[in-house]
Amino acid sequence: MGDAPITHRASRIKGFYTLFHKEWARFWKVSVQTVLAPVLTALLFLLVFSYSLRDHVVVFPGVSYTVFLVPGLAMMSVLQNAFANSSSSLMQSKMTGNIIFVLLPPFSHHEFFLAYLLAAMGRGLVVGVGVLLATVWFADLRFEHPLWVVAFALAGSGVMGALGVIAGLYSDKVDELAAFQNFIILPLTFLSGVFYSIHSLPPFWQKLSLANPFLYMVDGFRYGFFGASDVSPWLSLAIVGASFFALSFLTLWLIRIGYKLRH
Amino acid sequence: MVPAIQVEQVSKHYGALQALAEVSLEIAPGEFFGLLGPNGAGKTTLISILAGLAIASRGSARVMGFDVVGQYREARRSLVVVPQELVFDPFFTVRESLTFQSGYFGIRDNRAWIDEVMHHLDLTEKAETNMRALSGGMKRRVLVAQALVHKPPVIVLDEPTAGVDVELRQALWRFIRRLNRDGHTIVLTTRYLEEAEALCGRIAMLKQGRIVALDTTRNLLHMHSGCYVELRLDPDRLPATLSPLVAQRHEAGYRLALRDYSEVERVVAELRAAHIEIQEMEVMQPDLEEIFVQIMVRDV
Ligand SMILES: Nc1ncnc2c1ncn2[C@@H]1O[C@H](COP(=O)(O)OP(=O)(O)O)[C@@H](O)[C@H]1O
Ligand SMILES: [Mg+2]
Repeated sequence: MGDAPITHRASRIKGFYTLFHKEWARFWKVSVQTVLAPVLTALLFLLVFSYSLRDHVVVFPGVSYTVFLVPGLAMMSVLQNAFANSSSSLMQSKMTGNIIFVLLPPFSHHEFFLAYLLAAMGRGLVVGVGVLLATVWFADLRFEHPLWVVAFALAGSGVMGALGVIAGLYSDKVDELAAFQNFIILPLTFLSGVFYSIHSLPPFWQKLSLANPFLYMVDGFRYGFFGASDVSPWLSLAIVGASFFALSFLTLWLIRIGYKLRH
Repeated sequence: MVPAIQVEQVSKHYGALQALAEVSLEIAPGEFFGLLGPNGAGKTTLISILAGLAIASRGSARVMGFDVVGQYREARRSLVVVPQELVFDPFFTVRESLTFQSGYFGIRDNRAWIDEVMHHLDLTEKAETNMRALSGGMKRRVLVAQALVHKPPVIVLDEPTAGVDVELRQALWRFIRRLNRDGHTIVLTTRYLEEAEALCGRIAMLKQGRIVALDTTRNLLHMHSGCYVELRLDPDRLPATLSPLVAQRHEAGYRLALRDYSEVERVVAELRAAHIEIQEMEVMQPDLEEIFVQIMVRDV
């Protein structure tokens, strides 16, 4: 059809943007489930834990337990929701068969991945901001290093968005994805030091916790608020960043070969 | 001229099952092409390979000259498939579904054409309705509309009229014919043979993953089993030489089965020689249904 290169590029950008927009619009259409519910869950965690533990736990000097809890809960919500978005969208599309609508258009594997990834990160970040806005009334939060907050929110949601794409490609049924969520994502986020500092754990559990990749996301994110953390934020960012790139390459490869997408 | 579709020696295996066996096929631009075959013959598989939804185990396929693997962008831009399954995205309205589909192909501001497509398929009233709330027939219309929002040169319809009512079938036929007149290449699979007969200029018949017939619809209709002659005679009897040809004797007269049209002359001559007057005579072709059955019962 002899498209000039410039209109070709414009049409690719338009195509990519439309796929992202579709994914973005999809979760907003059911925002009660996808945004409001997780914010409410985080709020409940905060009320229950901070009320029951506030007199017993002091993690960082000068930081009350409630204040300590807020960033961790926010990050946990970011991670879980970024994962939920890409994984459930892909799994549902495959199950209902409407995945065909995004397989027929001329998307490259980069465009396909990036659209799902960015929408997943978007949902994670929207929920994270929602949790902060909802809990800020209960806790006198500081933002010591806002750039670290942003860096870890982006990197963490990126890791989980990519992981969600992998889980969504892998799962053909609701219960397969649920297993992924219940046996991997949920335990690892719960045990990532959201509710405690790993320094309060016995040595064996401390060591084991360091093998949990989610710990670095939560810990680094919290550093941005308090300027104090269990692990150096640079090390955490290096680990989270490396995970992100490794997962992204894996995901791109899976999409390129059409893993469970193109028979 | 570059063929609209070019399939070379394509085979497809699903584990031990061979869904396609060395299929080769060429479809010229502007053709209205029919792909026929019983369930499981491999029609959807072949279409899926053209659209990049499935990957051929062996062989290659091109759409408008573009390799479906190596030049997948150009190939996918040139072709669209209306899928056989009634799939839809339950999150969106009709208009949203169409707008997204158009955007995926990089088209900016396509509102006028989207409105026109909706109008032609009688969807305008349902534009703001959620896909979940539509009837099956309406969902089928949206599927067709979704495929047409970006007007590719090649349009593939996988059993578009399966399970739709007569009214919608007529509307779809009109619309698809119009697209063909406008220069689009159409590939249609259907299990309704009268539909293929009415619409398709050329037909391939698939059986167990192989092409068992490939010709113009006209040739297929003529080649395979001659024709029938319906006769009303005065007096109402046949000369003995013609009696082996009788396919049916009914109260109004006879139906004779002929190997080809040239036999009509012989029939007329022998009737004249026997001084039997022809009061009415009609030469009829067998329909595609009969030919299809003949071809399918033969061994591959
Ligand atoms: N994804 C798949 N996995 C395994 N077998 C398949 C798959 N798709 C199709 N088949 C098999 O390939 C054969 C051809 O199927 P299909 O192309 O759908 O036939 P048609 O469209 O002509 O009815 C059938 O035997 C079908 O069961
Ligand atoms: Mg089929």
